[in-house]
Amino acid sequence: MTFSGWGRYPRLESRLIEPISTFEIEESLGGSGQWGPSIIARGAGRSYGDSALAETLVSTRYLDNFSSLTTSEHGYTVLRCASGMSLEKVLETIIPKGLFLPVLPGAKAVTVGGAIAADVHGKNHHIDGSFCDHVESMQVLLATGEIINCNRDAYPELFHATCGGMGLTGIILDAAIKLVPMSSLDIAQRTLVADSLQDCMELMDEHHESKYSVAWIDCLASGAAQGRSVLYLGEHVDEKDAREKSKSGRRGLRAIKRSELKIPFDAPSFLLNKHTMMGFNSAYYALQKSRGAPKRIDYDAFFFPLERLRNWNRLYGSKGFLQYQLAVPQESAHACISAVLSCVSHAGKGSFLSVLKKFGKANNNLLSFPIEGYTLALDFKYEDSLFPLLDKLDAIVLEHGGRLYLAKDARMSKECFRRSYRQWEQFAELKQKLDPRGQFSSLQSRRLGLG
Amino acid sequence: MNILLIGANSAIATAVARLYASDGHGLFLVGRDLAKLETLRDDLTVRGAGGVALVELDITHTARHTELIERAQTALGGIDLAIICHGVLPDQQICERDFTALQASLDVNVISTMSLLVELGNYFEKQGSGSLAVITSVAGDRGRRSNYVYGASKAMISTFLEGLRGRLHDSGVNVIDIRPGLVDSPMTRELEKGPLFSTPDRVARCIVKGIRKNRTTLYAPGYWRFVMLVVKAIPQRLFKRLRF
Ligand SMILES: Cc1cc2nc3c(=O)[nH]c(=O)nc-3n(C[C@H](O)[C@H](O)[C@H](O)COP(=O)(O)OP(=O)(O)OC[C@H]3O[C@@H](n4cnc5c(N)ncnc54)[C@H](O)[C@@H]3O)c2cc1C
Ligand SMILES: NC(=O)c1ccc[n+]([C@@H]2O[C@H](COP(=O)([O-])OP(=O)(O)OC[C@H]3O[C@@H](n4cnc5c(N)ncnc54)[C@H](OP(=O)(O)O)[C@@H]3O)[C@@H](O)[C@H]2O)c1
Repeated sequence: MTFSGWGRYPRLESRLIEPISTFEIEESLGGSGQWGPSIIARGAGRSYGDSALAETLVSTRYLDNFSSLTTSEHGYTVLRCASGMSLEKVLETIIPKGLFLPVLPGAKAVTVGGAIAADVHGKNHHIDGSFCDHVESMQVLLATGEIINCNRDAYPELFHATCGGMGLTGIILDAAIKLVPMSSLDIAQRTLVADSLQDCMELMDEHHESKYSVAWIDCLASGAAQGRSVLYLGEHVDEKDAREKSKSGRRGLRAIKRSELKIPFDAPSFLLNKHTMMGFNSAYYALQKSRGAPKRIDYDAFFFPLERLRNWNRLYGSKGFLQYQLAVPQESAHACISAVLSCVSHAGKGSFLSVLKKFGKANNNLLSFPIEGYTLALDFKYEDSLFPLLDKLDAIVLEHGGRLYLAKDARMSKECFRRSYRQWEQFAELKQKLDPRGQFSSLQSRRLGLG
Repeated sequence: MNILLIGANSAIATAVARLYASDGHGLFLVGRDLAKLETLRDDLTVRGAGGVALVELDITHTARHTELIERAQTALGGIDLAIICHGVLPDQQICERDFTALQASLDVNVISTMSLLVELGNYFEKQGSGSLAVITSVAGDRGRRSNYVYGASKAMISTFLEGLRGRLHDSGVNVIDIRPGLVDSPMTRELEKGPLFSTPDRVARCIVKGIRKNRTTLYAPGYWRFVMLVVKAIPQRLFKRLRF
């Protein structure tokens, strides 16, 4: 079968294995190595590029059980579940109990294993850090067939390499995640409009105490309007404080299920061109500009706006698309992002969805993406002429001390990776020790020189 | 509701159990792999099941069925709903050469199921209430050359259920024949998946809804009723030439 990431570029003919239990994985992996070389775990396939692509894919779809939900002596609740569990399913079960996930990426199909392997971030990174900062422990199946239960004290090296390690240390079997309490399904959202990049960054800094914060940015606007954007701020509504009845309150605390639209075919790729995108961006900006008032929206609409159109990735045509997500330190952020935007608008290759967000402190996982500063994500339709542009962007990012997100990447060079992920050597050494035959390997890891 | 689930480790059964658990129902799980049953019990408990008990049993051990139903009844304090889900999909080509393989599949799909139905039929008749559901298959609707051993075993259960339904009707017991279409589960791991396949989750939602509505023959998902209406209408003269 042919597989690809969410961006549908690149594609690879692979063998898919769907083990029905941990035991089955252990048996197949240990000793006999009957799965052969170059295997990688695959969750929901929501990473964009080639991190979940290899000749043999081990799907975690049947590793989808909860193990326990316990309240610790310190009063917080910990959920233990298998790695193939999607965040959506987690929410369905915990929301009725008044609990919520501490970090959510923009796609709800993402699995717990995928969230750990990419150490995903949400709109609250500047306050709460990334997903793995809330993971207490996890079980990892190594290439030797051994299962190790690791946390920050036991096997800390394995723990910090597996968090953000893109599946290269082994297969995450299950994890214990700290949950947070919630009392309403609603988020109080405020929308602010910024006329320029500088404006937007200042607004974000000014509102840095807002729980959730993310900006949509018009990446095709140039000149004085460069970086004009719409900033969304959100806070959980506290039902005990709020007198008024929640919009969704009548339903009680139940996970929201929306009907989803599906796109039955690939959009012809000429639909996405400079003009349609400029039109879309301008119209979107104008629309949001006119809607200032704060409002309450449910968490599903707030966190997963794209999920209404479940397979929107087909909008980019049959050749697919690439997402380019960079992170850059605070001090060089404005210069870097401004240079990137100029380069993109000059090339006339923008995207519908360009997102700017503030990152809080980095953690000490070896390959985690976030660094304190800003992150910008841009989508680009696949076309041959795109690659030289992205190489140019790489140079800008490196020059400003930034890096690219592995969960989105499909083409970064080994040199670029090594210059920006400074702990790569430590990771490679550990990998060599854990997996000397290099069994766990993806198209991405080979491209980046990680075996 | 107190639910007895046989073949609980099946992907479809597990999905059904999860739906019932999140609504707080109590479950008694029967399966042949203890470790998997325990994993499922923990999972159902987190989801909110009102109590989960389990028994490990190779279901072909029909001599133990009387005891099994007694244990379930005691543990649950009465059975409101029993769902039989275990099954195997034998390799048709092997069965054409090797009768032992064919017979082994019948032991699971037919003999053990009928033995359970005898026990449960009597139990429900005496109790005078409850629902009895069995997963058969759309494969039982027609004998296809590519899969007629499995199809015949499922047809036998469907016919049996039809009669049992009549008998239990007077006691106010509903008998449900669940006929899933193609499901992407471990049973079909080796098959190429096309657009007609649905997920165990989707099938489970149809099952729970159908049971709640007291359906008798339940195609899951529902569109299979129409697909099979067409397939059943194909005359023998043409059907025997079809290669599916
Ligand atoms: C619409 C959309 C919005 C997104 N928004 C965000 C966002 O806001 N923030 C963010 O950080 N990311 C975001 N992402 C990216 C996504 O969260 C990550 O790519 C995530 O890793 C995908 O998880 P998955 O289960 O689909 O894993 P896959 O894509 O299948 O795999 C991703 C990586 O994880 C590894 N992996 C998966 N399961 C395991 C396991 N059990 N053990 C070991 N390794 C494993 C794979 O080997 C691979 O390297 C978004 C993606 C989409 C499509
Ligand atoms: N998948 C489909 O396309 C499809 C279509 C129509 C109907 N069905 C029917 O749906 C039901 C569930 O199937 P599924 O798709 O969920 O497949 P599955 O996950 O493979 O489930 C089959 C289950 O039957 C159990 N089983 C087999 N022999 C047993 C025995 N001797 N004793 C105890 N348990 C035994 C298996 O136990 P272990 O886990 O221990 O192996 C397994 O849990 C079956 O009756 C099947 O015929 C399936």
